[in-house]
Amino acid sequence: MKYLHDFGLYFIMLKDIFSKFTKWSALKKLIFKEIDDLIIGSLGIVAFISFFVGGVIAIQTVLNIDNPLIPKYLVGFATKQSIVLEFAPTFMSIIMAGKVGSFITSSIGSMRVTEQIDALEVMGINSLNYLIFPKIVALMLYPFVITLSMFLGILGGWVACVYGGFASHEDFITGLQYEFNEFQIIYAYVKTLFFAFILATIPSFHGYYMKGGALEVGKAATSSFVWTSVVIIIVNYIITQLMLT
Amino acid sequence: MITVNNLHKGFNGIEVLKGISTTFEQGKTNLIIGQSGSGKTVLLKSLLGLHTPEEGTISFHEKVYGTLSKSEKRELRAQIGMLFQGGALFDSMTVEENVLFPMEMFSQMSDSEKKDRANQVIKRVALINSNHKFPSEISGGMQKRVAIARAIVMNPKYLFCDEPNSGLDPQTSILIDNLILEITQEYNITTVINSHDMNSVMEIGQKIVFLKNGFKEWEGSNQDIFRTDNKAVTDFVYSSNLMKKVRKMYLGDH
Repeated sequence: MKYLHDFGLYFIMLKDIFSKFTKWSALKKLIFKEIDDLIIGSLGIVAFISFFVGGVIAIQTVLNIDNPLIPKYLVGFATKQSIVLEFAPTFMSIIMAGKVGSFITSSIGSMRVTEQIDALEVMGINSLNYLIFPKIVALMLYPFVITLSMFLGILGGWVACVYGGFASHEDFITGLQYEFNEFQIIYAYVKTLFFAFILATIPSFHGYYMKGGALEVGKAATSSFVWTSVVIIIVNYIITQLMLT
Repeated sequence: MITVNNLHKGFNGIEVLKGISTTFEQGKTNLIIGQSGSGKTVLLKSLLGLHTPEEGTISFHEKVYGTLSKSEKRELRAQIGMLFQGGALFDSMTVEENVLFPMEMFSQMSDSEKKDRANQVIKRVALINSNHKFPSEISGGMQKRVAIARAIVMNPKYLFCDEPNSGLDPQTSILIDNLILEITQEYNITTVINSHDMNSVMEIGQKIVFLKNGFKEWEGSNQDIFRTDNKAVTDFVYSSNLMKKVRKMYLGDH
């Protein structure tokens, strides 16, 4: 029953986010602040993880190819497919659910605990619009983060292959260019945009509607990470089923 | 003036406010007192429109809140200032930005006018050299003063204070009490204060509403409270030996 209630409340929240807009001059400042916190602040960890995971994917692929009939360029092809289709959009989003999601839940949750949200409401400000709308707008830049992740993942794979002596530069590049399909890129970006919306709204929901004190802020952040990850995985499955089959 | 008529409010089937009727007078400091769980905070939040009553009405100068349109409610809210228990200052903003915030949201003034007005109220609450500090860098008493400055910056008609003295030392508590009293009289606003502090009751309780188990048990002024025979009030207010002695001395003098 509680899940059903929360499910309904989430959609009511979405409706309220897009009603009674805050003054544009104030929103503009908030959007830039959120871009700094959520997008710029995530670039370092995204770059680090993507580069090294790309390298690991390439090494594991090349080590598992022991059949001489399989062409060497497969390593570049497999690295590209793994990173572009799944690792960068989906698994990076789950990592971001931990980083960005927990930040959103705990910052909004702390505002709830310290009555800052009540203060906004008393002033006649739509707190949902004021707090969550700028996060949604900022996270619409999330595809740029995923583009960086794709690029650095593939670069990591190339570095690991070429400098690790597992494959030649030519083989890796041939693999990257092999059977390039634009629709797969569209598919990756479509799901990235869905994940961005999920990353902005589910953690906000957990922070906004939390009750209690500091301990509950921690619990809300954990539960937000779990639910954001679950929803990302389910939405990933649905989009894949709809677009690729 | 705020008039509350037969107000009922409950949560999960448990009635917290059981038919409260009273008036909070303009130009006076109106205190709501009572034990923890008596319904003080629920009453205050109902007055603020954060809780919707199940029955009864709240009128602001004869305008019934529940019957107002959305735009009228918004207009009314712009006339309300609120001092929260913990200050509820925005952590990410400096003292000056916190005070400027309501004007940034609702005022059509120019930037320099807004800044002048903010500095005027910051000065009024006696905050010196704190404009560019963040709430975490100032003391609890100073945070309360910033919150008062933010609450009065839009010249409100109504000021609500939830436990303004909680967590403050006695000297700072008196300063905050006096500041609220002075501002109430200076701007002729209707101030409603939710308090546990007996010193505040005696010092600034121009009108006192005592709640017990969700009912209004008693109302009167800080002068009346010395003479009342209501056992619930005397048990609550004169629970300490010091207060008993104060009462005895007062009654001896008058």
